[in-house]
Amino acid sequence: MALLQISEPGQSPAPHEQRLAVGIDLGTTNSLVATVRSGVPVVLPDANGRPLLPSIVRYLKNGKTEIGYAAQARQAEDPKNTIVSVKRFMGRGLKDVAHAESTPYDFVDAPGMVQVRTVAGVKSPVEVSSEILRVLRERAELSLQGSLSGAVITVPAYFDDAQRQATKDAGRIAGLNVLRLLNEPTAAAIAYGLENASEGLYAVYDLGGGTFDISILKLSKGVFEVVATSGDSMLGGDDFDQRLFCWAVEKAKLPPLNARDMRLLQVRSRDAKEALTFHSESKITAKLSTGDLVDLTIDTETFCSITQTLVNKTLGPMRKALRDAGLTVEQIKGVVMVGGATRMPQVQRAVGEFFRRDPLNNLDPDKVVALGAAMQANVLAGNKPQGEDWLLLDVIPLSLGLETMGGLAEKIIPRNTTIPAARAQEFTTFKDGQTGMSIHVVQGERELVSDCRSLARFELKGIPPMVAGAARIRVQFQVDADGLLSVSAKEGTSGVEAAVTVKPSYGLVDADIERMLRDSFEHAKGDVHARALTEQRVDGQRLLEATRSALAQDEKLLNAEEREAIDKVMQLLESLLPGTDYRRIKHAVDALNKATEDFAARRMDAGIKRALAGRKIGSL
Amino acid sequence: MLEKAYREIQSQVHPDRFAHAGDAERRASLQWTTRVNEAFQVLKNPVKRASHLLELHGVDVAFETNTAMPPEFLMRQMELRERLEEAKDAKALDALRDEMRETKISLEKQIAEKIDAAKDYKAAADLVRKLQFLHRLDEEIDAAYDD
Repeated sequence: MALLQISEPGQSPAPHEQRLAVGIDLGTTNSLVATVRSGVPVVLPDANGRPLLPSIVRYLKNGKTEIGYAAQARQAEDPKNTIVSVKRFMGRGLKDVAHAESTPYDFVDAPGMVQVRTVAGVKSPVEVSSEILRVLRERAELSLQGSLSGAVITVPAYFDDAQRQATKDAGRIAGLNVLRLLNEPTAAAIAYGLENASEGLYAVYDLGGGTFDISILKLSKGVFEVVATSGDSMLGGDDFDQRLFCWAVEKAKLPPLNARDMRLLQVRSRDAKEALTFHSESKITAKLSTGDLVDLTIDTETFCSITQTLVNKTLGPMRKALRDAGLTVEQIKGVVMVGGATRMPQVQRAVGEFFRRDPLNNLDPDKVVALGAAMQANVLAGNKPQGEDWLLLDVIPLSLGLETMGGLAEKIIPRNTTIPAARAQEFTTFKDGQTGMSIHVVQGERELVSDCRSLARFELKGIPPMVAGAARIRVQFQVDADGLLSVSAKEGTSGVEAAVTVKPSYGLVDADIERMLRDSFEHAKGDVHARALTEQRVDGQRLLEATRSALAQDEKLLNAEEREAIDKVMQLLESLLPGTDYRRIKHAVDALNKATEDFAARRMDAGIKRALAGRKIGSL
Repeated sequence: MLEKAYREIQSQVHPDRFAHAGDAERRASLQWTTRVNEAFQVLKNPVKRASHLLELHGVDVAFETNTAMPPEFLMRQMELRERLEEAKDAKALDALRDEMRETKISLEKQIAEKIDAAKDYKAAADLVRKLQFLHRLDEEIDAAYDD
């Protein structure tokens, strides 16, 4: 493992050595971790050879946790402390949680994001998710025999900024270097497109445990370009279980159930749903704690009719995505099916009818997302030489905007804009002598702010008093390659500035993350200092490698003096790496980053010049 | 052509190329990719592209301030908007959109001709404003599908 060769400073790693990078599908029902081994993407199984990890976390009184199959086995016994489908709560407030009444949890309404009270204390969905990610990280490190250099975590394409930020935070808390958040349908398209050498326009229909995405991509040699995406982040296989559960309660004329019986019947409903994929009827049987015996038979026809509205709910986003892409059904060359819920025959039928062609099912719908994420992680880690890799162009799923007078939302960056993207808008004061301005960032398509998702509020203070309308307040939106937004505001005449990275609407600030990080290390009985040192060393080594290869390529962009300055900081960093003072290593890393700033900018300019050499605007 | 150049540049500067690089390079890459995306947006959108070209020739299209339009054009717009109000289903909206598509294509041709051949930038600006009207209507048609 190249990153650990720090005992021999100055020696660059052998070219065949690969950085360990994984792709993680953090699913509502199941999660997976995959990597690329000798050029082939593979899912990494657990010690018992099982590829899936049920996304279930059970908290015990002694502070310990059970995760995956162990937690799944005990869920009916201990429903209050066994969290299933936590992905549905990521970045969500209590009012957004559907069917809160039919979950057994003791919810705590925290600002921005709901939390759950367990025997081990109040847990946020971010912490619960990080437990799942931690298990997957440990599984990968054991299997690959080394610490990971980075991970790609997938998210539903239709996740908003708060949900994405929550996922990235969970990755950090689990001790992962998150290289990128990747949209699930895009990951599937990579796996599918490369496997089948496909070119042209494809749709990816992704119905998972709790979320629905539809993405339309243009595949061409070496480029995956998302042209439009749509979906519903509150629709998935869970809802089909829920319908079946309600049907059973009604049919068996059951009184209100306690938490244990509720979970038991929900589990049995799911089993019955899965059986209906292969059989024309199935049974729901359960012995309740009241002594009542539930024994029902359901046939395919009944199941289709009680879930018809759910299937139909996926049609609207499909139409919207096509319209946004400016395409018709006839132009789509194929529809790739992703997510366990697409196994249901009525879903297959509806999609086939809509696109007027048979859906493509030749990849395992449970694994394809993790495999695609692993392939992308391999590229991002720099394990593929240029020319053999590919370019991924994704979009934001929902418009980003600001609240203006009268509670109206003004769109700054429209949905389906290719990321990274930036847009600025000028606003002015509306009262004489106004010195402050509050800025409310929202996401969504509706006109009223109250119908959109609130992402952040912040204040721009210290505007010099002027007559109304004289101030020039420039609000800049920047969306990065993860689809995460940061907003800054600046008053033009005075230069007063305010900036936020949009995370804290759900209340998780950096201090919280640090506390959770500490907790998770203590929990894993790891040494905080050792972990920090390893991380800094990995970081430092990575930066040295990157700088060396940049210098080898573009040395001519520097004069002797500049070169010497960079060399000096490199030497310093190199001499510190074998030491144990992680703070000094961190300072040296920061210093090298700073020293290479101009060089990096010049290299980028040179790259663009090369690409555009000899072109005129009229010729494009 | 435009798409090819766009992809070539993106393959040089995109953040995916720099996921493992230092902070400085990642920042520079983010800034450049953002600018390249913006440039591509401008160049592939007829209204934005024409406005940009006119700006380079010192002519401000002035969407906000110059709203004077020939009466017959305005009449036609009002008629289209009334039909949008009346359009009840996706089929009616599709028909309306198809009809507008031809008008837009002809306007785009005229604009190209005025800018490239005749070099009559003021006349081109008038046409761009008309095209902008149609684009707005297009957006309203889009919104109507969702209701």
